[in-house]
Amino acid sequence: MTAPFRIVDAGDAVLIVAFEPVWDEAVNAHAVAAAAALRQASLPGVRDIVPTYRSVGIHVEPLQTLQPLRDAISRIVAAATAMTTESRPPIEIPVCYGGVFGPDLRDVAAFAREDEAAVIERHVARTYRVGMLGFMPGFAYMTEVDARIAMPRRAVPRTRVPVGSVGVAGAQTGIYPFESPGGWQLVGRTPVRICDFSKPDPFLLSPGRLVRFHPIDEDSFAQLAEETA
Amino acid sequence: MNTRIDVLRPGLFTTIQDGGRWGWQSHGVSVAGPMDPVAFRVANALVGNSRDCAALEVTLTGPTLRFDGPRAVAVSGAVFELFVDDAPVTNAERFVVPRGGTLRFGQRITGARAYLAVAGGFNVPVVLGSRATHTPSRLGGWHGRALASGDELQTGSAMAASPQTSARTPELRTPYASSIRIMPGPDHVDFAGDALTVLTRAAYVVGVDSNRTGFRLGGAPVPRRSADDQLSDVTAIGSLQVPTSGQPILLMADRQTTGGYPRVATVISADIGVAGQAAPGDVLAFELCSATQARAAMVDLERQLAAMEISR
Repeated sequence: MTAPFRIVDAGDAVLIVAFEPVWDEAVNAHAVAAAAALRQASLPGVRDIVPTYRSVGIHVEPLQTLQPLRDAISRIVAAATAMTTESRPPIEIPVCYGGVFGPDLRDVAAFAREDEAAVIERHVARTYRVGMLGFMPGFAYMTEVDARIAMPRRAVPRTRVPVGSVGVAGAQTGIYPFESPGGWQLVGRTPVRICDFSKPDPFLLSPGRLVRFHPIDEDSFAQLAEETA
Repeated sequence: MNTRIDVLRPGLFTTIQDGGRWGWQSHGVSVAGPMDPVAFRVANALVGNSRDCAALEVTLTGPTLRFDGPRAVAVSGAVFELFVDDAPVTNAERFVVPRGGTLRFGQRITGARAYLAVAGGFNVPVVLGSRATHTPSRLGGWHGRALASGDELQTGSAMAASPQTSARTPELRTPYASSIRIMPGPDHVDFAGDALTVLTRAAYVVGVDSNRTGFRLGGAPVPRRSADDQLSDVTAIGSLQVPTSGQPILLMADRQTTGGYPRVATVISADIGVAGQAAPGDVLAFELCSATQARAAMVDLERQLAAMEISR
């Protein structure tokens, strides 16, 4: 299975494999598969490969001649098969919903015209897929949130979102790996470390991985937080 | 042999930078690295370091540093008055700070960012393959932040400084080129037909809220066709992205890995360092160039740098 793409220059040191510029799980799966195939190929002069929802950025050494690279990329991407079914099991993430951990759960419930328990139920019911990472180290954009609770970002972002906060922004859900400013609707918080630079592979989440959330109470949160500290 | 360097005064925004944290943008990790890669490389070459060795990037106001051992030092890029124990020393030349000596940055004369390299580089932990500081994510460098008074830096190991030589660099280019060369960006077709003409005819002032992440440029608005932003896509250093206001943002070393504003143009690799020397209030002018010209400029720059590295 292949998808149409073109190779676009972004200056003299970045090539972009551009698929259809839409959010679509199949398109994203192609981008993720293309990025994996390009990584596997270890092309000379390539110093970074960046999959997004609908493209793959290839950052090259400034002196690299681009035409042979374009040809090689074109060949590799055309041959890459999208793994639309992720074979690895979903990563299970415990979340303590509501209260101080999820200060926007009430607003999301009002948006959905349901009670908070129903919102939690909808959030844990789905298996999400990491479409891309960005914004900060380890921040994974995951889809697709139940339309009923897919509340847009806050009009005024918070200046400080605590580490581990789980948020919703439209059809996307995500976890803040570090304390930072942020505008997503915070529904809960996880004690799991999403990003740990003391590990050789610091990132829990990668493009294409599946994720499921399950609710925990405050006692379990405290206990798990202690274990991971 | 290592040397301790005490930060007596940090300067406005002094960070440790190396060649950048490449290879992790797929996980949202910004590259960071020097704003002026050319000056950075010159400073390292002058003290005999490898080209990506960790050095200090000094911004607008320089630090005062005390060395507990003799060390070969070079400062390149923005031109500052420099003093070792109150005796003037010269930019873009190798000099030695003696044991117990103090290196002080005085007035800035031209440019915005200077690179201070010491023989052996700066020894801070390697995070994801790099020592570069990215302050927005508090990653790398000295505790992920700009230097502060009282910080105690350590150099890497290097041969004891020999005080005799003083290698002078060739003049690579003026700190301010008359204009910065750009290529049409990946989304230029999404702009009104004259967008690139507007961009190259107007002059743009670097805004006061500019930093290592990006420069906010003020000038003639670049006309967009649509008010809608796009689904997040790849960003490049030098990317000129345009929010609905039409006032471009030039993405620099600390840029986020992805972004949703349409990209009208990209500064060519050879001229990134020229942009990196712009301070708030400076005026930038852009000039269109072809991919062939961009490559020729980079080949030429590389030839000059390589010649300098060999001649030392």
